[in-house]
Amino acid sequence: MYAFEIERPTTIAAAVAALGFEGAQALGGGQTLIPSMKARLASPAVLVSLTSIPEMRGVCLSDDGMVCVGGATPHALVAVEAAQYFPALAALAGQIGDPAVRNRGTVGGSLANNDPSACYPAAALGTGAVIITDRRRIAADDFFNGMFSTALHEGEIVTEVRFPVAEKAAYVKFHQPASRFALVGVFVAKYADGVRVAVTGASEGGVFHWAEAEVALSGDFSAAALDGLKVNADGMIGDVHATPEYRAHLVKVMAKRAVAGAT
Amino acid sequence: MTQARMTVNGVPVQADVEGRTLLVDFLRGTLHLTGTHVGCDTSQCGACVVHVNGKAVKSCTMFAFEAEGALVRTIEGMAGADGALGPIQQAFRDEHGLQCGFCTPGMVMSTAALLTENPKPTQNEVRAYLEGNICRCTGYNNIVRAVLVASGQDVNLLAAE
Ligand SMILES: Cc1cc2nc3c(=O)[nH]c(=O)nc-3n(C[C@H](O)[C@H](O)[C@H](O)COP(=O)(O)OP(=O)(O)OC[C@H]3O[C@@H](n4cnc5c(N)ncnc54)[C@H](O)[C@@H]3O)c2cc1C
Ligand code: FES
Ligand code: FES
Repeated sequence: MYAFEIERPTTIAAAVAALGFEGAQALGGGQTLIPSMKARLASPAVLVSLTSIPEMRGVCLSDDGMVCVGGATPHALVAVEAAQYFPALAALAGQIGDPAVRNRGTVGGSLANNDPSACYPAAALGTGAVIITDRRRIAADDFFNGMFSTALHEGEIVTEVRFPVAEKAAYVKFHQPASRFALVGVFVAKYADGVRVAVTGASEGGVFHWAEAEVALSGDFSAAALDGLKVNADGMIGDVHATPEYRAHLVKVMAKRAVAGAT
Repeated sequence: MTQARMTVNGVPVQADVEGRTLLVDFLRGTLHLTGTHVGCDTSQCGACVVHVNGKAVKSCTMFAFEAEGALVRTIEGMAGADGALGPIQQAFRDEHGLQCGFCTPGMVMSTAALLTENPKPTQNEVRAYLEGNICRCTGYNNIVRAVLVASGQDVNLLAAE
């Protein structure tokens, strides 16, 4: 790994200032960035650690029914503290990787990275979350720009994410057994104004809405409502773990399980 | 260079490190605590698991500077001052929960974290919690038995379940 300078700011303002320098990059839990730096896929000149900023850590419930998660909150804390407000979100956080990964990895790092097989993007898109940065609010529908790409600008950090609590929701993930990421994961959430279905792990374009399923489930929230639908394998990921056709098939299976298990 | 200050197994330590020094390299290279192992160096195998402020982390995927001011516990901190094995270590030994021993430091540290969160785990809970700890030798069954024994449960009754 190449050498770099370190900054450990304790406020968002100081982090933003430190990130203004050329070659500076944010360090969340490091669960993606540190391996990338070892492989010399990333070589920041300055690493700005976000994990000593108290205002970016924690979970709470807002008056308007949203679970607010600080951008540097580790998955393990969300798994415990969101459980009382939004069990499906807590369960998603509690299934990421393994306990040691969950003790370090953060929601902001996961969303900023937008790995096509990551879990949090499905929660953000599946709930219509609001992603709050140091300078603006971005709707989840406008945030993800294809795999490993987001609407974030250079030096912009995710300070908080607000997930609207659903009437009923579930995330069901088919584990890729070696990496523990989602081979396919589906987040289904029922709201007063309709149902949202977000799919991760499947598409070369990264996380996406399964629009036909949203329409079908908004009319009839039952697993059987998806029986007539077919997912097209075009544009699905094909690799040593699964073919595009297999992934397309899994999308429907996972979605049906999520509807059946939604609480 | 930056100063890394932390308490490791109850002993305050401080040393100059580079920003890029990994916690595992600080423990092994600077402090000569070589019980913590590096298996993969890519956050997959769990051989390097230690506790930072009571939480299990992969020390190959954390910088030493990130543990500034923290309480760190490694496998060396699991035995008594006289070198006597701690209860989890003893259970691994009694139940043949290790063969080559390479994964064992990480297994023991993950087990300690599990038993703090969940003192009487089921067999399935043990397997789920140890998902990030890979063992190439044992086939895991004796590790699971060792964890259950360390938790004070009767493994023969569990086996009959
Ligand atoms: C063995 C293993 C298994 C895993 N399994 C899963 C899984 O099942 N599901 C899953 O979803 N993920 C999984 N992950 C990934 C894990 O969830 C990481 O936490 C996540 O991908 C990155 O978060 P981080 O906080 O570690 O970010 P880092 O690695 O620190 O950073 C990642 C990127 O995000 C940027 N960044 C970090 N924080 C912010 C912020 N607040 N604002 C803006 N940019 C930021 C960094 O600059 C960097 O570009 C796994 C990882 C490992 C090592
Ligand atoms: S050496 Fe750290 S996870 Fe393998
Ligand atoms: S005992 Fe050899 S790797 Fe586990």
